[in-house]
Amino acid sequence: MCETCGCGDPEIVPIEVQESLLAENDRQAQHNREHFDSHGVLAINLMGSPGSGKTAVLEATARARESSGGLIALSGDLATDNDASRLQAAGIPSLSITTGSACHLDARLVHRALHDLEWQDAEFLFIENVGNLVCPAIYDLGQAANVVALSVTEGEDKPLKYPVMFRAADLVLLTKVDLLPHLPQIDVHAIEDALARTMPDLNVIHVSATTGEGIKDWLGWLESRQSAEPAAVT
Amino acid sequence: MHEYSIVQSLLDRVQVEVDARGAVAVHRLRVKIGEFSGVEIELLKSAYDLFRQRTICESAELDLVPVAGRWACPSCQRTIRRGEILRCIDCDAPAKLIEGSEIILERLEMEVA
Repeated sequence: MCETCGCGDPEIVPIEVQESLLAENDRQAQHNREHFDSHGVLAINLMGSPGSGKTAVLEATARARESSGGLIALSGDLATDNDASRLQAAGIPSLSITTGSACHLDARLVHRALHDLEWQDAEFLFIENVGNLVCPAIYDLGQAANVVALSVTEGEDKPLKYPVMFRAADLVLLTKVDLLPHLPQIDVHAIEDALARTMPDLNVIHVSATTGEGIKDWLGWLESRQSAEPAAVT
Repeated sequence: MHEYSIVQSLLDRVQVEVDARGAVAVHRLRVKIGEFSGVEIELLKSAYDLFRQRTICESAELDLVPVAGRWACPSCQRTIRRGEILRCIDCDAPAKLIEGSEIILERLEMEVA
């Protein structure tokens, strides 16, 4: 009740909050990050459209390393554990996170999955996000870096259409480059130009999971991140 | 459609304030949404209208304040316009998003008994 004048009207109180609605997720992500850092595990949030080649790149990564040891993966999908099964078959111990109707992974889902996976001795933990160029971009999972797989068949203007995703990317893997000879209408320079207008620190590696092209460069990038300080997330 | 998750976070956050102050109703919420936040204002409105039913926010108006994205060079502060290459031509530094990534609950008005 309004106590000032005794009129009996309810009192309306304004409250200043000024807090991000992602604050709870960000707190959980920071907790995950502390886990990863304390075990020296480099966590990569691998994002991209459905069918952009995220799983295929990870399979090729396992093939290109002298041994598949040191790699581990969490794989997010709305339904099925097909991706985790493929990665298991490629020698990467993997666990699937089935999100049901959720279009993205969040820090809590990742944390819960960490309890069911022996990840502590791995060098690299790949968190293969739900195939989606929108929602996963805004959820920090505790990763050291965001990597976006973009296939040459997706169209040259994809980065311009999905700027939030490409702004968040530390690296773009331009996938399926072995198909370029069959795609005369696709201009790789146009893709890179679109990326330069959405990704502040442009960094692109051309890869083909089929031929193995670029996979060594990708491994080199991973190793350089491993020796770098864990990146602060902004 | 992560807008549903955002609305759930909003309702949870409001509930914390409601519990802390023993409010009996919430009248108004004000949320800032950046152009590069990844949140669609129209989708957020629909999600809010669906989720607020039978919550303390049932009759609370949601004011959504859009914030345009603004890029600048972190070194010389030169503004980098929409659609330009996101690297300063003078300093060769990657552009920084000065504002436009926020999803912030700014304030709320609630009724206390």
